This record gives sequence, C-alpha cells and structure tokens, in this order.
Amino acid sequence: MVSLLEFETTLRPLESELEEARRVGGNGHVDSAQERLTDQLRRIYSDLTPWQKVQVARHRERPYTLDYLQWGFTDFVELHGDRSFAEDRAIIGGPALLNGRSVMVIGHQKGRDTRENISRNFGMPHPEGYRKAERLMRQAEHFGMPVVTMVDTPGANAGLSDEERGQAEAIASSIATMLALRVPTVAVVIGEGGSGGALAIAVADRILMLEHAVFTVASPEAAASILWRDAGKASEAANNMRITAQDLKYFGLVDDIIPEPVGGAHRDHAAAASSVASAINSCLQGLSELPIDELLAARYAKYRNIAFFSE
Amino acid sequence: MKEIFKRHPRYAHAPEAFEGMPDNLWVRCPQCRELLYAKEQESTLRVCSKCKYHFPVSAHERIAMTVDEDSFREYGQGVRAADPLGFRSPSQNYSEKLTEYAQEAGTNEAFIYGTARIEGQDVVIGAVEFKFCGGSMGAAAGEKIARAMDLAVEKRYPLVIFAAGGGARMQEGVISLMQMAKTLAALDRLRDAGLPFFSVMVDPCLGGTTASYAMMGDVTIAEPGAYIGFAGKRVIEQTIRQKLPQNAARAEFLQEHGMVDLVVPRAELPATLGRLVRLFVSCNREERRPVGEPARV
Ligand SMILES: [Zn+2]
Repeated sequence: MVSLLEFETTLRPLESELEEARRVGGNGHVDSAQERLTDQLRRIYSDLTPWQKVQVARHRERPYTLDYLQWGFTDFVELHGDRSFAEDRAIIGGPALLNGRSVMVIGHQKGRDTRENISRNFGMPHPEGYRKAERLMRQAEHFGMPVVTMVDTPGANAGLSDEERGQAEAIASSIATMLALRVPTVAVVIGEGGSGGALAIAVADRILMLEHAVFTVASPEAAASILWRDAGKASEAANNMRITAQDLKYFGLVDDIIPEPVGGAHRDHAAAASSVASAINSCLQGLSELPIDELLAARYAKYRNIAFFSE
Repeated sequence: MKEIFKRHPRYAHAPEAFEGMPDNLWVRCPQCRELLYAKEQESTLRVCSKCKYHFPVSAHERIAMTVDEDSFREYGQGVRAADPLGFRSPSQNYSEKLTEYAQEAGTNEAFIYGTARIEGQDVVIGAVEFKFCGGSMGAAAGEKIARAMDLAVEKRYPLVIFAAGGGARMQEGVISLMQMAKTLAALDRLRDAGLPFFSVMVDPCLGGTTASYAMMGDVTIAEPGAYIGFAGKRVIEQTIRQKLPQNAARAEFLQEHGMVDLVVPRAELPATLGRLVRLFVSCNREERRPVGEPARV
C-alpha cells in the first residue's frame, strides 16, 4: 500500500476491509472491497484542489524520470557531466529508445530516500545540471534525435556557489538553446514544475502535463511569502495562481493532459509510464512530419505570441 | 547634465530618497549615511559624491541620463496588464493593484522602450520600471520587452536594455513565467539579424529577469553595487543557512566570477555604450543580409 496523503484518510477503512477480505478469502468479497476502494479513490482524485495536487505532485512514491525511463523506454544509456565543472545528479540525461526511435531524454531527478535525495539535491539543479542538459540537447541536434524532457523540480538551487557559477546564465542559456533546436522537442511535466528551474528544460514544441502535476511561477510557499509575507498561506497562493494541468490547458499554456491511473501515478508506475510513452510517441510522430523550418517557425510563434495583455 | 530633468518635465518624478527630509533639501545616503544636498543629486546623476552609492532612479530618468538630449521617442505605451487569471484573494485584488502600481510608477507597465540616439547613433532602448510591481515581468511587460527586440530588428538598430526586477509576477502565474521564453524567442531573432544587444543590469536584477534576456546580452554591463543574480539575498541565506557578506552577489562579485563584462558607473555609461555601439555596428554588413537570416562570419 502506498502512503496516504491527509485528504485520503477516508481510504483507510476501505483498505482494511480489502485486507480483511483477502485474509478471509472469497473472490466476491475481494472484488467488491476492491471496487469500493477504487470508487472512493476515483471520487477523491476527480475533485482535487490545487493545493492537494501540489501534495500529489510531491508524493514520495510518485514516479520520477528514471521510473519513466525504466517502464516507458528501452536501452537508456545515462551520460554524465557538463564538461566544465561537475556532474549534477539532479538532472539526468542520455539517449534511449522510444518505440524503436532514438530520442534524447533529459529530466530532473529526485531521490527516493534521504540518502539519494542528498546526492540528487532533492531534484534542485546547480548550473552544471543545466549545462549538462544543454550539452545533451546540442548532441541530440547534431545526431537528429528528438529531445524529450521530463520536468520535476521544486526549483533551481539557490546557494551562493550557484551564483558564483552563474545559475541565471545557465538557465537562460538552456532556454535559448532549447528554443532554437533543429529537432522536434516534447516536454512532460511529470510532477512539480517549479519556476525558472523547470522552464529551463520545458520550452518544447509540445508541453504535456500529467493529470495531477503542477506548474508554478514560484512555489506556493514562496509566492505566499512574497505576496502576503506568510508562507503559511501557500494553499491560498496555490488556489489563485492557476497551477494545475487543467487550468494551464484552459489558458493554452500546455498542449495536452496525460491521464493518470486512478488514485495518481504513484499507485501504478508502469501504467503511468505507458501513458506517458504513448503520448510522447504520438507527439513526435506529428512533429517529425513537419519540415524543420516550419517546426521552428511554429515554435517561435508558440512562445512569442503568448498574449494575455490588453492594448 | 544638471538641466536634464527640466528638459524632460514629463519624466521628472520626485525621487523617493527625498521623502521625510526637511524641506526636501537633504537626502541621506543609505550606504555611507552622508547627508547630501538634494539639488546636487541631479548634477551627480543621483550618485553619492562621497561613497559613489548609486541611488535608484526611474526608468524614464535612466533613459534620459543615457541618451542624447531629447532623442527618446517612446513606443508601446498602450500595452497594459489584463489580470488574465482573475487573481482574487481576501487581501489582494490584482486589477485594483494595477491602478496603484501605475500611479506609483508613473508608467502603464513595468517596462518602457522606444528609439533614441547615443552619441548620435540610433538605438532601441528600454528600461524596467522597478516601481511598477517591483519591475516584474507580467504578460504586458514581457510583450513590451519582446516588442523592443522586434523594433530593433525592424529598424536594424542595436538594442540597449536596463534590466531589473525579480522576473516573476505572482498574480499572473505561469503566464508570467512564460515571458522568459517569450523574450528569449524574440531575442533569438535579433541575434539572427546580426544586431547587438547590450544588457545593463541595475539594482536589483534577479530571478526570471537574469534567467532570461538580461544575462543573454552580447555585452553584459552592471551598475556598481547592483545586486545581480538568480536568487535574492534572503533566499540564498535561507539555503546556505548563513549571512551573506556585504559584497556577495553584487556587480563587482559577478565580474570577478566571470558573469558580467563590465561594471560601469552611471556617469560613464553614455560614453561606454556609445563606443560599444560604434564597435559592434561598424562591422555589421546588414544591407546584404535579409532580416531573419543568420549573420555570416
Ligand atoms: Zn554615500
């Protein structure tokens, strides 16, 4: 059983019922207990508030980039290092096969436990991470491989050493490079799309979002402390900033929503990965048919024409 | 230079540093605590005569201090923010706030731009207005920055931008975040057209501003003492759990770490920009290259 979030506590008795049915035996009992549990999950997850989605997106058992690589791709070879300073384990990348096609996969990577989280800095990249990402994007372009990115970070790391090594420049340069890549690009927001540190690898021809992922201009906690000097008002900020896949699709800022298994991607990594892989695959099929100059013109227009002002 | 604000009456905002001082005669330098004669501030371009602290100035003042007399022609004044998210909370109504920001700043948005001349040479020049919602990049500000880039391409002028602010405007959510992509998409066209972009980062220049167009100048210039970086001072201190030294992440620190080309005092900026424009434009064989086609070396 996965660990329950605070708004999932009504599942606990249903889980106990299911366990009891399994212990006692009898297929009919198990099936109906399972059905009640699934119904309740479906009810809860069809009506999540933005703040609840933040918690789902941050769930410790949610699939990360490596899980999608394991279940949705084959032959992944991880490549390391930015060639100027260090290897950053908060962003991983390398070529892999998706439906028989070579693609360059680049994604934020969180850790599953404390030790791994320390080595991956909780998925918060240093400048080296973005420079590695940019290096791999250029390599993909050189070999004509489409670029697939997976976005899942609380944000870029914000230490003094990051300033010394040019965090802002690294992010800006990664965005600029990705916007100009002469290969098709697809980004999938799989968990937390946290601010500029997420956007650095998200400016693709198609931006997809998992059903319960979030994408924010600043974390709800940071936004609340900027707006109201009170990080405790994070849920209010989350509700106001339009951070859900559904809201962002409505505003046309993301292209498509990938449905998650009932009860969230963390309840079935394999099923989530298979949906993600097939969504990416169908995007790439469409994008690959376009002549490259048309693709670049469309990408330019996609970002240049974001409006939402008055005149 | 002394006459600069009289010559630009519509740009003459009362500097906030004067507030609270008797008869507005004196202003105290926040860095060295020296009392400065307010009238002298205009002739010193609002730089402390004792410690060289650069006081904040408005976007219009900055441009007026930099370009040839009366040469600035503003564009795009009609572009305004639109509260796309309908941002409401018990304590904050964004569309009402916008009116307040405009009154405080004396501009319709957090960015102004237009054409001007520097030492007789045509440029497109823009500046972030920090008093408008902290100079943040909402959709309207982002649009104006992108239009400044488009205008430079159209006119085949070099581009100068005074960059500032923290980038993100919370009340516009991811729409604000996407302005980073929008400005960089527009900047790519400027680059393809072989035109130079001189980015002048002034205090404070952070977050989505530096992590997009500001750090992508062909030449990056910082004003002395300006706080420049990705994260704000408070955020860094929270991350590393210690106090930052006084000079950390300031212009000179950035230059030492290889992140900016030049640290230029306000008074020297027109001459520096004038020279850079001459150097970068004289090699520009634009007549032979249609817009949109990359520069050939
Ligand atoms: Zn002083």
